[in-house]
Amino acid sequence: MKSFFNKQHQKLIADPLGDQNPITIQVLGICSALAITTQLENALVMTLAVIFVMTSASSIISLLRNHVPNRIRIIVQLLVVASLVALVDQILKAFLPDASEQLSVFIGLIITNCIIMGRLEAFAMGNKLYESFLDALGNAFGYGWILVAVAFVRELFGSGKLMGYDIPGFSYLYEMGYMNNNLMILPPMALVVVGVIIWIQRSRNTDLVEEN
Amino acid sequence: MDKESNLYTFTFAILMVLIVGTALALTSELLQPKKKQNAADKKMIDILSAIGVNASRSEAEFMFNKYVTDQTVINNDGQIVDGSAFDIDVLFQHRDKTLSDEEKKYPIFTAIKDNQKYIIVPMAGNGLWGPVWGFVALEDDYETIHGAAFDHKAETPGLGAEINTDFFELPFKGKKIRNNDGEFVSVEVKKGGAEEGNISQVDGITGGTITSDGVSDMLYNTLKIYNNYFSNITNQNDSIFITSYIKIKENEILF
Repeated sequence: MKSFFNKQHQKLIADPLGDQNPITIQVLGICSALAITTQLENALVMTLAVIFVMTSASSIISLLRNHVPNRIRIIVQLLVVASLVALVDQILKAFLPDASEQLSVFIGLIITNCIIMGRLEAFAMGNKLYESFLDALGNAFGYGWILVAVAFVRELFGSGKLMGYDIPGFSYLYEMGYMNNNLMILPPMALVVVGVIIWIQRSRNTDLVEEN
Repeated sequence: MDKESNLYTFTFAILMVLIVGTALALTSELLQPKKKQNAADKKMIDILSAIGVNASRSEAEFMFNKYVTDQTVINNDGQIVDGSAFDIDVLFQHRDKTLSDEEKKYPIFTAIKDNQKYIIVPMAGNGLWGPVWGFVALEDDYETIHGAAFDHKAETPGLGAEINTDFFELPFKGKKIRNNDGEFVSVEVKKGGAEEGNISQVDGITGGTITSDGVSDMLYNTLKIYNNYFSNITNQNDSIFITSYIKIKENEILF
């Protein structure tokens, strides 16, 4: 049992990527998934920021878990998350000013990302440092890959670009009368794309479908 | 000590806040020069983009010093006042409700590109979800727009947010802020499209009416003030012309 990366550890990482995905199964963190997935680049920066905030917050809370007074534990969690987010915001402003401008308020809104608080309260408060770190990493990646997948679809069909670059073959398509779908850029389409991912996931694994 | 006692809870909370507060204040202080530099670079890039010069962040300062030759500050009446034009934050000024119109200052940047003089003026206004701002470059007749660069904080992607793209900005080139009689009319961002042949209108954005109107109002309100200054200059030029004309006439009489 005392191995560095055993079955249990694997599960901590793998589950949130698939059958316990925070977005498609728990339907958390939807707000930012809708807002910042119009461009792939934003989704990537957002993912990195969330990975940093989540892993750090989980580690810190896990270390503090035996010392935090029960009555103010939520406030302490919020304080840790908020200061980490403020830190990320400062660093982005100083070193990646362009990305920071694009993401603007959404970096600040990581604080309200339900996944982070959810994992702190449900996992990091009751588990050791290493496990909490892995759990946070798994969930952050679980959140991130959905974000990137949605942003890929939305930028490709909405703007005809990827990472802000034109796609070579698209000029021929335009000549043939193809048009970018402006609806893709609007928030509702993010919900539809997430819905399609949920649909695919549940049709492949029928255990996920609720019994009615 | 009892973990759930009031004393422990308070001590814990105070300690946490102190640690976090110090850490954040320190980072913010340490990164301050870098952030200031980024903001200044961005402003230079924006100013240059109004005269069609694309500069990257690393070369912003060099290009700015190369093209921008003069900076002036004017007040609400179009009179020149003291101050550093580059340090005036028109967006901040626009949102500061405590500032009276007389206290506001308006920067002017004079740039020379390909031996042609341009006057670049910054402006700020309101979009749908947040502020919009921009820089407009005028030719040295003080009425023909050479270029315009707009940006926004949070307009709707694909609709209002398009004000920072070429398709919206390019039609401004060649438009005039005065009509044929020399009266100030600004440039209108027209819903439903500019009238054919109208020299003071550009197409609005379908689905982005409020943002388009915001840009329109911003142009009107700001250019109106700059126009005071411009007419002062052009009048001066006219009067110089007239006096020299009279002198020539006098000379004719004399001889």
